[in-house]
Amino acid sequence: MTNMHGYNDFTLGGFNFRRDEYFAHITWSTLDGRPMSHTMDAGNFLRALMRDVAWGFFYGWVNFDDVIGTVNHYGTVDMYAGSFNGAMKDAGIDRMENFPTDDIRQLFEQMLADWTNAGFDPFAAPQETGSPYGPKHGDNMPAITRARELARRCVGLEGDLPLRTDERGAPVNRAFADVPQDTPEVHPEPGFENEVHAFNLFAFLSRSQVTWNPSFTSVVKNSFMCPTTEEHILPIIHGNDRVEWFFQMCDEIHWNCDHKETGEPLARVIMKAGDMAAMPAYCRHQGFSPKRSMLLVWENGNPDLVDDINSGKAPKVPVDFGA
Amino acid sequence: MTSTYTTRFGSLNDYDKGRVEPIADDVRNYAFSNCFEIAGTSKPYEKVVFGQNMEYVLEAIRAEGDSPWYTCAHDEFALCMDGEVEIHLVKLDSAQAVSNPDKEGAILVEGDPRGAKMGWMKLGRGHQGMLPAGSAYQFRSKQPAVIILQTCKGDLSVERWSSICQTA
Repeated sequence: MTNMHGYNDFTLGGFNFRRDEYFAHITWSTLDGRPMSHTMDAGNFLRALMRDVAWGFFYGWVNFDDVIGTVNHYGTVDMYAGSFNGAMKDAGIDRMENFPTDDIRQLFEQMLADWTNAGFDPFAAPQETGSPYGPKHGDNMPAITRARELARRCVGLEGDLPLRTDERGAPVNRAFADVPQDTPEVHPEPGFENEVHAFNLFAFLSRSQVTWNPSFTSVVKNSFMCPTTEEHILPIIHGNDRVEWFFQMCDEIHWNCDHKETGEPLARVIMKAGDMAAMPAYCRHQGFSPKRSMLLVWENGNPDLVDDINSGKAPKVPVDFGA
Repeated sequence: MTSTYTTRFGSLNDYDKGRVEPIADDVRNYAFSNCFEIAGTSKPYEKVVFGQNMEYVLEAIRAEGDSPWYTCAHDEFALCMDGEVEIHLVKLDSAQAVSNPDKEGAILVEGDPRGAKMGWMKLGRGHQGMLPAGSAYQFRSKQPAVIILQTCKGDLSVERWSSICQTA
C-alpha cells in the first residue's frame, strides 16, 4: 500500500516498516501486547539494509543500529528489535522472530528497491552520492543490484574475477588518486602463464566504486581474503559469530567494540597502516574511516565454524597467550 | 575548496602504530600487532604468525636476501607491503613434492628443487603473487622487504604472540 509520501509500507511477521521523507519507522508489539516503535534516518536505514541484502545476512549479527537488526542462522534469519539492547531486553519490550531466509530476503529486496530514490546509492560514500530524502522519486536499481565480486582462486586469473579498469567502469577513486597503478613484473615460462600470476591489489582496491563491501580476492581452502575500501561510517554494527580479523593496509579506521548481547562498550581499536587486530566472537563492532582507506577483512568461511564455536570446540578469542 | 588526499601507507622505516584502548575487556583478545614492527625485529624469512583463524594463518615475513626453497600442498598468496621481492617458481618433481596432499602449510624443499622452471615475478608494494600448490618457490630481496603470506599454519610457522601483540 502506498502512503502519502509515495512509499510502500511493508510487514514482516509482527514487524511493520514505513518510511516518510526523512525517516524509516519500525513498529512491533511486545509479547504482552504493548505497542513499540523505533525511528532511523532513512539514509542510514537504507545503507544498512543494502549491506544486509548484498551480503546474504552476512556472518552473525547485522545490527542496523543499537535497536534493530538481523541474525543469520544460515537457512533462517532472526529479525529483532531491542533483543540485543541491554535496557530494552531488561524492560521486556523487545521482539524477535525467525523467518526462512528467502522470505526475509525477498521482503528486504522489495523494501530496498521501493525506498531508494533516484540519485541515491546506499553503497557510496556520503560525499559521492545524492540525497536519500524527500518524497518518492524514481529508483536506483543498478546501484542496489550490484553483484558481489568474488574470486574463486585469485583476481586476474583466466576465468576468474577480472581486474578493475576504466573500461570496466571502475576509475580510480578521488581519494586514491595517488595510489600507483603499476603492475608486477611477471615472467612465466611457456605453459605456466596461468600459474605464474600476480596483480596490484592496491590498484585494484583504489578502483572500488563502493564502500564497506568486501570482495574476495584470493582463496586458500576456506581462508578468504576480503579486502574493501572504507569511508565514513560502517553502516551496520557487525556482531561476530566467529573471530574476525582486520588488517589495515593504508590510512586508518577507528573501531568501537561493544558486547554483542548487551551493547556495553568493551574497547576502542585504533588501526593504522600495517596494523592487525582481531574482533573476538563475543563482540560487535563499528568502524569510522576519516579518509577512504583499504582494509583487509580476513574471514574463515568454514560453514561448520559456528557450530564449533557454539559447542565450545572453537575459541571465541583469537589467540591463546598461555598462562 | 577541493580536497587533495594523501594515501598513507606504512613501511619498515616509517610507520605509525595504532592501539587498543580497553574499556572493559582484555586487550589481548584483540591480538593487536603491526606487520612492520614484527618484520623490523624478525630474522629473514621467519614466518611469524600475526593472524590465525583455526588452521588458517597470515604470516608477517621479513624478506632479505635469498630465502630457502619452500613447497606447499595448497595454494598460498604473498602480498608485498614494503620493498621489492622476486619470487622464483619451479614445478616440483613428484619425488620432492609434499607426499601428503592434505599437509597444511609450507615445508622446506630438501636440496635444490628439481623440475621445470615455471618463471618468476617481481612484486612491489601492494602487489600480490600466487604461490601455486605443488610448486617450489624462493623469495629473493636485495633490500629488506615485508611480505604478508596467506597460508595454513604449518611446521615452519612461528608463534610468539606475547612479543608481537599489545598485552596491556
